[in-house]
Amino acid sequence: MLEAIGVDGIEDLFEEIPDDLRCGDLESIPPAMSELEVSQLMGERARQDGQPACFIGAGAYDHHIPAAVWQIATRGEFYSAYTPYQAEASQGTLQLLYEYQSMMTALTGMEVSNASMYDGASALAEAILMAVRANRKSKSRRILIPRALHPSYRRVAGNIVKNQDIELVELPFDPEGGHTDISALEPYNGEDIAALVIPQPNFFGVLEDVDALTGWGHRNKVLTIAVVNPLAMSVLSPPGEWGGEGVDICCGEGQPLGAPLSSGGPYFGFLCCRQAIVRQMPGRIIGRTLDQDGNRGFALTLQAREQHIRRSKATSNICTNQGLMVTTATIHLALLGAEGLERTAAACHANTKSLVEQLSIIPGVSPRFNRPVFHERLISLPMEAEAALRALAAHNILGGLDISRDYPELGSAILTCATEKRTPGEIGDFVDKLSRVISLQGGTPCQLQPKES
Amino acid sequence: MMLLIQEQSKPGRRAVAQAPLRKADTSDIPEQFRRRRPAALPEVSELQVVRHYTRLSQRNFSIDTEFYPLGSCTMKYNPRGANEHAMLPGFLARHPEAPESHSQGFMACLFDLQEMLKELTGMQAVSLSPAAGAQGEFAGVAMIRAYHDERGDTGRTEILVPDAAHGTNPASAVMCGYKTREIPTGSNGDVDVEALKTVVGPHTAGIMLTNPSTLGVFDRGILEIAGLVHEAGGLLYYDGANLNAILGKARPGDMGFDVIHMNLHKTFSTPHGGGGPGSGPVGVSERLIPYLPVPMVTRDGDDYSWLTETECPRSIGRLSAFAGNAGVILRAYSYARMLGREGMSRVAEYSTLNANYMLKMLQEAGFEAAYPQRRATHEFIITLRTQARERGVNTMDFAKRLLDYGFHAPTTYFPLLVPECLLIEPTETEDKGTLDAFIQAMRTVQGEVAEDPELVKGAPHTLPVKRLDDVRAARELDLAWNALAED
Amino acid sequence: MSDLPTELKFAKSHEWVRNEGDGTVTVGISDHAQGLLGDLVFVELPEVGDSLDAGSECAVVESVKAASDVYSPVAGEVTAVNVELADAPETINQDAFGDGWMFKLKLTDAGDLDKLLDANAYAEVMQSEDH
Repeated sequence: MLEAIGVDGIEDLFEEIPDDLRCGDLESIPPAMSELEVSQLMGERARQDGQPACFIGAGAYDHHIPAAVWQIATRGEFYSAYTPYQAEASQGTLQLLYEYQSMMTALTGMEVSNASMYDGASALAEAILMAVRANRKSKSRRILIPRALHPSYRRVAGNIVKNQDIELVELPFDPEGGHTDISALEPYNGEDIAALVIPQPNFFGVLEDVDALTGWGHRNKVLTIAVVNPLAMSVLSPPGEWGGEGVDICCGEGQPLGAPLSSGGPYFGFLCCRQAIVRQMPGRIIGRTLDQDGNRGFALTLQAREQHIRRSKATSNICTNQGLMVTTATIHLALLGAEGLERTAAACHANTKSLVEQLSIIPGVSPRFNRPVFHERLISLPMEAEAALRALAAHNILGGLDISRDYPELGSAILTCATEKRTPGEIGDFVDKLSRVISLQGGTPCQLQPKES
Repeated sequence: MMLLIQEQSKPGRRAVAQAPLRKADTSDIPEQFRRRRPAALPEVSELQVVRHYTRLSQRNFSIDTEFYPLGSCTMKYNPRGANEHAMLPGFLARHPEAPESHSQGFMACLFDLQEMLKELTGMQAVSLSPAAGAQGEFAGVAMIRAYHDERGDTGRTEILVPDAAHGTNPASAVMCGYKTREIPTGSNGDVDVEALKTVVGPHTAGIMLTNPSTLGVFDRGILEIAGLVHEAGGLLYYDGANLNAILGKARPGDMGFDVIHMNLHKTFSTPHGGGGPGSGPVGVSERLIPYLPVPMVTRDGDDYSWLTETECPRSIGRLSAFAGNAGVILRAYSYARMLGREGMSRVAEYSTLNANYMLKMLQEAGFEAAYPQRRATHEFIITLRTQARERGVNTMDFAKRLLDYGFHAPTTYFPLLVPECLLIEPTETEDKGTLDAFIQAMRTVQGEVAEDPELVKGAPHTLPVKRLDDVRAARELDLAWNALAED
Repeated sequence: MSDLPTELKFAKSHEWVRNEGDGTVTVGISDHAQGLLGDLVFVELPEVGDSLDAGSECAVVESVKAASDVYSPVAGEVTAVNVELADAPETINQDAFGDGWMFKLKLTDAGDLDKLLDANAYAEVMQSEDH
């Protein structure tokens, strides 16, 4: 090959890089390892983290994933394929994505879905940008966003949209119910607001009065953005029907549909909207069309919105999305169907209910809010939440999320969730251990020390 | 034609064992919140699902089945070991909010990769959190903005972008509130430094460059460009899309760049997955360290801990709810450990060797190189403008015909400034036999263009579908299956 | 080139303007521009009542592979838009200077018209772009 090129050695191929830019030996990079050695190293590290019984939800949920999901998704033809720009060579991925879009519109009751965003939080940021572009009646760049929405979602949305001078205005939650009461919107009646964000369920697991909130948006010419848990959509009313006419944009975290917890990613964000504003949608969209012989086929469409064509005027900079995760979600949804999803959702709801009932027997432990929840609840503790969780972790139980950093006004409380994977034994163990931790803490100093790592 | 999974649905059919066997009681959820009709999801058996998606997979090109000389995308082999390592049960089961006591193994992998990427790029600190290249770009430009804003230097409103840049560059700059200004490329493929001098100044927040550029050449004027932009008070952004070309040979940090994003799904061989997930870590020079996106991992002795908004109050913050695409990061880590110190420079060497060999052979076959006087990097451009003019066969036709010969088409019509171009990147993982077979296919199609142009214009002929009607797809939008509309 | 309607005025950015003689003008994009874009799939129009400055972005024409801004060649208030284009953007491909008109404006300053190119001058612009 060198001879064909007409050079003496490989080094000659780098002759155009100035000599003073050539780097040395990269001494701090460790030497090569075999596949076996890396397996041993990473296997040891994975084991080191244990597999505690997980009662944390807070945006990522430990659900059963049918065996077929990842066995098919990791077939090389899906796993190692490129973005389907060459449609004729990508009909497998494209048809699957069209099926996915159809499943998401069915689940959310919306007209259109794109082919995914990075995750739920960044999907919300894009939904906000989309709403500001789409709301031609509004001159403002103000967005109403409930304090009861996931704190990380609020942060991510703020970090992404603030550079375009968009202002996020916080709506308070009801201190008894934990929901965003319609009265919180009264100060904004008749004001110029671009969009209102409505979570269902909200961060506390609490169900919002989505019809009333959406109706307020319609009356005030404010676009509405739903942020929903897709599993919950199997039992809760879909955003496309909220307030009669439905919301304008719907987004959320797709992780409950076939993605393992995996330390927070890769997951995928879904984004749906009314067809009337589809040209403001960011990201890839697949359309059904015909080939030269009149046969059905699938292709990326509306690409003139996207960065590779529209450059500085694109709807977003997104290029690579979360294709493989959408592949798993599509297979997951096909396997479970509406019935399987509803059974899973119901099992989570019942497990959490059972957990909360048992925890509430412990003196000083009680649910913080009195409104209905989906599969997650905030629990008040009679001791510092962080210390309680640390003590439980020493018993290999992750009891929930300490919310004191984000909601100091709520005192010592943990957000806890028992998915369908938590067994009665694990729930009982959690209750016993928490009971012991609290009683020990009441008298003598806690005897339980966190596990040394 | 294959039926949609929705079209295979029969009421009442389902995969029974995959969901709880009994339906738990949810009657305590008040009626006002409840769904009235079940969602119209497919009702199919497990076998139907497995067969359907297995057969759909067979209607795809992929690295595991075909050669993908897709310029600027670095479609190299994705080691199976890396997938297995990232999918170890302990890693899959870890909740993103798990306490540090139950995260030390995972965090050790992240920390190690941060350190390796620092060394490879010559940057002072790395954050792994951006979820893809474009989010890395956003993070990079947002850091540039945070830096200027914090200094009260708010008159800098422009980001300079070469005309050959990826579309994500101007789009990312706009998302950060900047205007973009295009810099032309000189006839030799390097940035036109004289043109740069006329626009760089007090309005310049920074410049976004890819080096080697998307034209498949190393910009020899990089140090002069860095000097000009820094002198004017601007910062330099490095788009790492082409890092594969210089891995272990040269480092962006040494070229004067202040911030860089890497595409782990390119250079570090994590799978493209039919469009993602990717991962776009960012590295920075000393002055941008405070602004890096969170979370990151730090080490004190043998203890690893998170750096979040609390520890990094000047950070541009987090860009996804948790720690980015952790599973992709683990795959890249596994790849980097298998490659090791001695393997890194081999990536640049063999990808460059393969590209230069292909360029030479294609030139001998009569193809026109866009920059014949330049040394190719890991990719190169040929232009088919002569065929297009004389035979009416455009680059898209040519690309579609290659599919018939079992090769994924190279990148077409990018970069925008070279007419009728093919951007070809073979990567280091292909052997000479595959390269020769591709070169032969290029020759064959070239012959067909001369003898039977209609054959090429009608391609592809052997794939599951013929050429698709894009215009119809966009005019008569059909974006979701609807049972009622089918009747 | 010879078939450019001589009664029209043109902008360098490929819009045409017809003076209706009653203080209003009709605006579209040139046949040359539609040819460069290819089959149009979508047209976004201004709203009636919008007040436009000369040179302001006021519409978008979109094909499969490109999207292009349309700039108002003159200042004025939008009095009508071609609603037929919503369902049939291809009308611009078929009849750019006729049925493919995009919007009508009530002129703010008739003097704006004198700043535009006549058919001959626009033909030269097209020719120079071909090189």
